[in-house]
Amino acid sequence: MTLQGEPVIINIGPQHPSTHGVFRLRVLFDGEVVQDLEPVFGYLHRGTEKLAEERAYTQIVTLTDRLDYVSSMTNNHAYVLAVEKLARIRPTERGMYLRVIAAELSRLASHLVATGFFLQDLGAFATPLMYCFRERERILDLMEMLCGARITFSYMRPGGVFQDAPPDFWPAIQQFLSEMPHYLDELEHLLTENEVILARTKGVGILPAQVAINCSVSGPVLRASGVQWDIRKVDPYDVYDRLEFDIPVGTHGDCYDRMMVRLQEMRQSLRILGQAVRDIPSGPARAPVPFFLRPPPGEAYAHVESPKGELGFYLVSDGGISPYRCKIRSPSFINLTPLRELLRGWKMADLIVIFGSIDINMGEVDR
Amino acid sequence: MPYGLGLLKGMLVTLTNFRRKPFTIQYPEERVPQHPRFRGEDFVWYEERCTGCASCAKFCPLGIIRIVTRPSGMQTQEGEKYALEVFDIDLARCMFCGLCVEACPYDALHMGSGFERARYTRKDLVMTIDELRRAPKRPSTWFRPQLEGKGYNPHTDRPLEWHEVGRHQAPSLADMQGRWVEER
Repeated sequence: MTLQGEPVIINIGPQHPSTHGVFRLRVLFDGEVVQDLEPVFGYLHRGTEKLAEERAYTQIVTLTDRLDYVSSMTNNHAYVLAVEKLARIRPTERGMYLRVIAAELSRLASHLVATGFFLQDLGAFATPLMYCFRERERILDLMEMLCGARITFSYMRPGGVFQDAPPDFWPAIQQFLSEMPHYLDELEHLLTENEVILARTKGVGILPAQVAINCSVSGPVLRASGVQWDIRKVDPYDVYDRLEFDIPVGTHGDCYDRMMVRLQEMRQSLRILGQAVRDIPSGPARAPVPFFLRPPPGEAYAHVESPKGELGFYLVSDGGISPYRCKIRSPSFINLTPLRELLRGWKMADLIVIFGSIDINMGEVDR
Repeated sequence: MPYGLGLLKGMLVTLTNFRRKPFTIQYPEERVPQHPRFRGEDFVWYEERCTGCASCAKFCPLGIIRIVTRPSGMQTQEGEKYALEVFDIDLARCMFCGLCVEACPYDALHMGSGFERARYTRKDLVMTIDELRRAPKRPSTWFRPQLEGKGYNPHTDRPLEWHEVGRHQAPSLADMQGRWVEER
């Protein structure tokens, strides 16, 4: 007697802990193997782009915090750069350095969260995640010194940052920079040669460079496939052209490479932070910009390298106090494009791992 | 590399962490030290400094500050033309971005530093003018360089009076008119 099996659709529903938010996958399984899948999102849609059309340019900074809520600073950064391009404002030198420091701290925090949750998806229950969150807590303490909030910073303004860093911030960040490399060594000891991690991630979910480029993927996911593409290098903004850092690149484009690229990027972020803290000039932190800014009619697009990839803001002004149109090119949303190619033919347990290695954030996908 | 050595290395890391002091804070008994710049809930409002200009209500991205004034017949030069009847901050929808504090030209409104204002009904989450008058005056140093320069800490230091939190003396009428013409 033989068993008659037929493909079955399973709903990995919007409230699943390893979908990183309210993300739904309708997967067609043949036994345990993924045959086809259809992502369903929009559960967290808040209409940020529409809300931006009825607020003044400075007030939209508070909206951008809510996009990628793990690294709010990079969202502020991209938006503020777009407004400066639109209104032809020159930010102050010290403001630009402070923005770079804040953005790199945010990148560190986001990569720690990404690594921790990726290991949680692998089944390393809570231990590495807690180590990552312990260090992230110190970054959030630094952010609290800088701008008085721990998650939704609203730190940047067109023309710089809203206020200079307090005097006790500089010794604190020096201490952080001296201690963080030891912690990263510890994390690499824990992860890089672990047999379980190697067996579960090496050669799993390979994304060829050609497919990644065709799908317009960006960020660590693209770099893990062996493409040297970093907005901080190819289109430098603020003061990144004066700082020395390398772009870590993977070779195979599997889950292991995506994890390792993030770990090495953290070291590069520490390098950037050290240089920025050393070179920061004195002066005002903010150029005088009116609150109800009225840019001349026109359009502007500015993009930054956020922890997830290329984050861009496209703004159209009609001369009023609020933008006529605000379009957000969010990296997490576009990094979901090759999901079907990545997951077809893998098993259910690998689906969770591959999905976790892309590191999406639902606040940004649904906007 | 022989099989199992990587696992042992990982176990060694967890073992060293096992000997360390736990970094968990037992919240209600112990507290995480907050920075004086922390943007928190209980807004500090000085009625003596407030003129009812409603800049804060205008700059709020959500429009949750409600201000009703009536002419009080005071001198314009003294900076007190209007008497306040209603000054409500709807904390249920507030996101503590601090733009109202940034907007205040007279340093009458400051962020507080609390975070424990849970209530059972939405109505109780609205800070009315009476509650703002009664609240302890411990302003956060967020966007107030004059307090930060003094090294004020709202968590440990005494409450401040209205004449201790200003940036400068009240501007003259000519200064005010000049500012409005230049900045539109």
